[in-house]
Amino acid sequence: MTTLEASLRAVGHPVLMPYVTGGVTENWLDYVHAAVDAGADAVEIGIPFSDPVIDGPVIQAASVQALERGTTPDTVMRDLAAYRGSVPLVVMTYYNLVHRYGHAAFARRLVEAGVSGVVLADLPMEEAAEWTEVADAAGIATVLLAAPSTPDSRLEEVCTRSQGFVYAMGVMGVTGERAVLADSARDIADRVKAVADKPVLVGVGVSTPENAALLSAHADGVIIGAPVMRRIAEGGSVADLVAGFRAALG
Amino acid sequence: MTNTTMGPPSARGFFGRFGGRFVPEPIMPACLELESAFGRAWADRAFRAELDAHLRHYAGRPSPVTECHRLGDLLGVRVLVKREDLNHTGSHKINNVLGQALLARRMGKRRVVAETGAGQHGVATATACALFGLDCVVYMGEVDVARQRLNVFRMELLGATVVPVTSGSRTLKDAVNEALRHWVATVADTHYCIGSVMGPHPYPWMVREFQRVIGEEARAQCADLLDGGIPSHVLACVGGGSNAAGIFAGFADTDAELIGVEAAGGAAIGGDLVGVVHGSKSMLLQDDAGQVLEAYSVSAGLDYPGIGPEHAHLADIGRASYPSVTDAEVLDAVRVVSRTEGLIPALESAHAFAYLLREAGGSIPHGSTVLVNLSGRGDKDMEQISDLLAEHKETQ
Ligand SMILES: Cc1ncc(COP(=O)(O)O)c(C=O)c1O
Repeated sequence: MTTLEASLRAVGHPVLMPYVTGGVTENWLDYVHAAVDAGADAVEIGIPFSDPVIDGPVIQAASVQALERGTTPDTVMRDLAAYRGSVPLVVMTYYNLVHRYGHAAFARRLVEAGVSGVVLADLPMEEAAEWTEVADAAGIATVLLAAPSTPDSRLEEVCTRSQGFVYAMGVMGVTGERAVLADSARDIADRVKAVADKPVLVGVGVSTPENAALLSAHADGVIIGAPVMRRIAEGGSVADLVAGFRAALG
Repeated sequence: MTNTTMGPPSARGFFGRFGGRFVPEPIMPACLELESAFGRAWADRAFRAELDAHLRHYAGRPSPVTECHRLGDLLGVRVLVKREDLNHTGSHKINNVLGQALLARRMGKRRVVAETGAGQHGVATATACALFGLDCVVYMGEVDVARQRLNVFRMELLGATVVPVTSGSRTLKDAVNEALRHWVATVADTHYCIGSVMGPHPYPWMVREFQRVIGEEARAQCADLLDGGIPSHVLACVGGGSNAAGIFAGFADTDAELIGVEAAGGAAIGGDLVGVVHGSKSMLLQDDAGQVLEAYSVSAGLDYPGIGPEHAHLADIGRASYPSVTDAEVLDAVRVVSRTEGLIPALESAHAFAYLLREAGGSIPHGSTVLVNLSGRGDKDMEQISDLLAEHKETQ
């Protein structure tokens, strides 16, 4: 079992994993610490990419802002040296950045930065072998996505190959908030739970504490991205936002 | 591994080291479904016959090969031109789009989404959707909306919805991003009609097969003109690389030199870096961190930082080469070809002619027989060319 999975299993209540785009502001790590102090069980750190095809307007804007500040994989990992929390960190990015960095060097850098898992949005299981060989050896969990469109025949393999947890996409669509929780979020949570032998977290389209509470009956936890990044863009309190989700999740 | 040059890719969609299927999970099932649907359709005589009939009676195929004597005399080489400019909608894009629209209908999809650069692929897609009664949404960079206004109007007249893209470089690259995002959300009833030999497997293979008709016709037409012979050189411009792939496919098994001409500001192969974007691994303009760079070209259709994976492979194995020409050389070529032959090429296609003008008597020796793919006509570019020529005069 990967250390990421072991930590998530040890949490003992529904997992809350907020997402923060690395480098979005100079002091972006403050948002990570605020989230941890407000009850996050793990934090997903985005490394911005120029062509984020699975991201909606809010995270796209955060990515542009971070890139304009000169953010690179190296600057994000460098900043993470000052991370003082104890909850696991998961990096979310796109495969070209890993490919350019070099698989082995990237895995080593993640380990040095204290990261225990990675989500590569555009690296489906068919293309993942070259990367996972290196990541496995380094002890980095490679998390796979399960989507509402993933047929049952494929879902089982996704869940078997996913490490750390299974990232169940709540809606068919890009990251971003939705007015109502899609039925697809509950459906995919149930379908993944039925076949997964590891924690199942629902992300994409989880917009409110009520959504999170409802999903906690169907999955092991939630990932909140766009609500956090919108809060940051509006200059609001990440601590209050995360505390609200924490309270709803129990 | 592929064992025949320009044959089918590997099971995972690779041409040598390039290709594959690097897409988010939600659209992975649609790519798998498309792969099997295309495989079945392409092996089905009835489908091929239906597509052939549309290409013939609707698009106006076969397109002729014209021998350009005056240009040939000027350059000291024999110049044969494949006339994709004469197709309905004015470019080679219609070949691919009729194939994909028929396939979409066969798969029971009611809607089609497409990206467009110059607008030619968007116009062709809107046309095919009108013909087959499919809903059509086209994403187009804001910069391109401005420089190709006439094509925006054509698409709208054909009943398509054109969505200007304001993210990133606001050109073709970002139009592809938005089309992919749209597809992620609508994949159940929507087909993504990619305009070139790029994207995840099976697109690079499928689009090349739909464009192969250019090369097959040209092979037979050249044989007629050349007493059973083949041209010594085959030239085509390269954005994503679909018109080049189509014409190359007809000559891959010959001794003809295959040359794909890129825009100097979008020369992915010249950049020599492997990368992954928009679903496939290929050559890609990118910075040290792996961020994709913005291409720059006078021609909206070549304003793309990548290139189809099969071209990266053809370059890798030395079967084709991919030089580039500058905007100034392109403008000059537009003028020369227009005046000597009465053919006004699209800015994209003019890249192939610009290379010929530069290299005839040099790397293309006197006495060569050169087949040039005239991928589209210049009507869409008139406003832009007239502005550019005026600017050009001022600076001289
Ligand atoms: C006339 C013409 N030629 C060429 C291209 C470039 O595409 P490809 O490289 O796929 O042939 C375009 C694209 O818009 C075009 O309109």
